[in-house]
Amino acid sequence: MATLFHNLQDLRHTASLATKVFIQRDYSEGTLCRFHTKFPAELDSRIERTLFEETIKTLNNYYAEAEKIGGRSYLEGCLACASAYIIFLCMETRYEKVLKKISTYIQEQNEKIYAPRGLLITDPIERGMRVIEISIFEDRSSSESSSSSSTTSSSSAR
Amino acid sequence: MKNCEYQQIDPRALGTPASTPSSTLPCGKTSSHRPKRKWEVFPGRNRFYCDGRIIVARQCGVLPLTLGLILFTSGLFFVFDCPFLVAHLTVCIPVIAGVLFLFVVITLLQTSFSDPGILPRALPDEAADIERQIDNSGSGTYRPPPRTKEILINGQVVKLKYCFTCKMFRPPRTSHCSLCDNCVERFDHHCPWVGNCVGKRNYRFFYTFIISLSFLTSFIFGCVITHLTLRSQSGRGFIQALQESPASVVELVVCFFSIWSILGLSGFHTYLVASNLTTNEDIKGSWSGKRPAEESGNPYTYNSIFTNCCVVLCGPMPPSLIDRRGYLPPDVIPQTVNSEADLHPFMAKNDTNMCTQSTKELLESVAHSSLVQSTCTPATTKTAPVTQESLLITVSSTLSASGRPPPTGCSGRQARRPTDKACPPRESKHKTSFRLPSPPYSLSHSPLILSDAPDVGFIPLT
Repeated sequence: MATLFHNLQDLRHTASLATKVFIQRDYSEGTLCRFHTKFPAELDSRIERTLFEETIKTLNNYYAEAEKIGGRSYLEGCLACASAYIIFLCMETRYEKVLKKISTYIQEQNEKIYAPRGLLITDPIERGMRVIEISIFEDRSSSESSSSSSTTSSSSAR
Repeated sequence: MKNCEYQQIDPRALGTPASTPSSTLPCGKTSSHRPKRKWEVFPGRNRFYCDGRIIVARQCGVLPLTLGLILFTSGLFFVFDCPFLVAHLTVCIPVIAGVLFLFVVITLLQTSFSDPGILPRALPDEAADIERQIDNSGSGTYRPPPRTKEILINGQVVKLKYCFTCKMFRPPRTSHCSLCDNCVERFDHHCPWVGNCVGKRNYRFFYTFIISLSFLTSFIFGCVITHLTLRSQSGRGFIQALQESPASVVELVVCFFSIWSILGLSGFHTYLVASNLTTNEDIKGSWSGKRPAEESGNPYTYNSIFTNCCVVLCGPMPPSLIDRRGYLPPDVIPQTVNSEADLHPFMAKNDTNMCTQSTKELLESVAHSSLVQSTCTPATTKTAPVTQESLLITVSSTLSASGRPPPTGCSGRQARRPTDKACPPRESKHKTSFRLPSPPYSLSHSPLILSDAPDVGFIPLT
């Protein structure tokens, strides 16, 4: 697997994006939205396991809150049915409100935790709620040092 | 852990995370064209109106007929029967009929014009990642990878199938509608009467539509009978009453013939709602325990009729995943995984181009003749998945039908091809947009089924 990603990096040497990791959905409890909390091997050198798991667990909790069936969701559903579902055109549903909270949370996590480590989380809603896409960016300092060493070697050759 | 100094990446400078990673231009919009909305490049067979607000299937089916019948019959009722009934009985009759009529029309339009729960297709990165996982999970010797994945849901084994069109493993209860060419979550059926798929997001609209239509037709039928009875009592007999009010005869005929099918459909769907099943699952008998030795119950049921009904009809309304009115990032390639060029950067193998071309030649030759050409190489199925769809269809149908390991090499695939009638037309679909009523990989499962009831037409697929 590491060899394959190294090849991908060679192919994309002009871009700063190295690779992407996809966290798949966990269907063990049904069709509710949950993601696997298993720590992917590709992130081993990039981020602490606890931080990653904390992010995924919080996201799972948000989705559970959005899809929770209880008094409030039933009330919303019954009201919608009584109005021939016209209220869906007029007001924001609870699910949409929670999705906005999720979006804010992901942005905050990106700014505070993931971007300093060269990672970027994509909101699952932009991937059809199928995966959490984590983009891994290549080490800029190592690429800068390699480019500087190549310029010094070319200057010395002249 | 490797100790690296990373230059902090400003997420805002990179633009939205949805933008393609192949471009590192921060917010550099070089395109001078109007930014496109996502619905304009939507890959499925749907039509959009009102700048993406309204979505319908490309074939609207008999939606105009459904709407026309409802409007016509209700119109006749309000114009010809209501005045008599208001005069002789009560003003509540047109009020109730009016409310029911509004419910029917609004829910019909919502069922037809809303997103049923379409899953957006996998982008090239994701598709390549899935391909890598499938390749890695296979053994060292060459064997076409299985395109199913087994998972446990509430302790029960459920098989997830790989969708060749959408390039992903379908989530549970998701099915690919070949009429709309989309994967739809909690796929119930494609209803030609509403001209759209019925799935997770519009099932409650559909159910409300058929229930209110049942009430409306029964109500109109009852009121018309009452009208004619009252008229015949006060007048000169039933035949005379019919002659005085010919519109009532038309309404009687329409209501009489539609009541049976609509009431039947309502009853059927009430049973489905109460047991948290979909039409697709019920028709295929997914949880009815085909093999008595196996314990297979519905893993999604809450084991309570009331809870099932509440969850299905009054549960939280999931959002639309296709974001049809969102704008495309200016540098993203609109086609997701239909072009082979998108997949080449992700394939680090040296023989990618060769294998792709040879597979392409194979497909073209098969598409143009019924004879099998022997141009495939063993390495084809390991590479570009979009062009090996037809080859893998036969392999996967062999796998699911017989459970034996598929024959290796070309000869096995060639031997199978003449018997798999749908494959050549399916391949030519990529060339000539030929459409099949059902995808060929459903041949090993239940065939296309149309209901016996004349007025009820639903097409459960895959």
